[in-house]
Amino acid sequence: MKIPILKMEDILIVTIQSELTDREIEELSHDILDMINKVGAEGLIIDITALKVVDSFMARSLNAIANAATLLGSETVVVGIQPAVALTLVELGLRISWGVKTALNLEKGLEILRKKKDK
Amino acid sequence: MDEQTIEVRRDIDVILARNVGRKMANEIGFGELDQTRITTAISELARNIVIHANRGKVVIREIQKGDRRGIEVVCTDDGPGIEDIEAALRDGYTTAGGLGIGMTGAKRLMDEFHVESVVGVGTTVIVKKWLR
Repeated sequence: MKIPILKMEDILIVTIQSELTDREIEELSHDILDMINKVGAEGLIIDITALKVVDSFMARSLNAIANAATLLGSETVVVGIQPAVALTLVELGLRISWGVKTALNLEKGLEILRKKKDK
Repeated sequence: MDEQTIEVRRDIDVILARNVGRKMANEIGFGELDQTRITTAISELARNIVIHANRGKVVIREIQKGDRRGIEVVCTDDGPGIEDIEAALRDGYTTAGGLGIGMTGAKRLMDEFHVESVVGVGTTVIVKKWLR
């Protein structure tokens, strides 16, 4: 299943709507970076509101996407982490690796990227 | 009492195992946060099977001890086994290039954790969580 990547001005928005296998996450990572490269996006929002589980593989993948996007000149914000998911990630021991910017929802994520651009 | 077995070989089976786990945790009466903890622990342990072994299985069952109810997850695989279990339970230890928090993470998310491993034969990890 291909996950659509929407383009809004110079920001890409990816909404993950169902549980993804490891392979699908890897494909998505590649598609996103490809698209950033193609359209010269300066911002990327990954919306994971629908995810009821974020395990260490998913967390690591989100980190990797964000880091690689930075190298391509695009800032990443992950939005929509559910409260139970957030607490579980902390308990899982993710303090050692979570370096991605986050926002509560899509609106706030866009705000962060726009502010950054206005500066 | 209810029990379900999920054969684990490929990454898609990880999703299947955690969906079965969440459904069963919900039926036993766990709240959303505990359901998320249990499902995430299952995900970490099932993925370990996919990464380290050719095949394995996850058995999820309802358990009871006196008047306490809970959930037990037994993950068995035919992988290479763990040479140094103590090291494997240390934060950041990894042999497969992951974050090295799979097994320790699962341990932290559950109430009870037990691992048995024989080099060259396989590994069994048992985790439990009790309703409060």
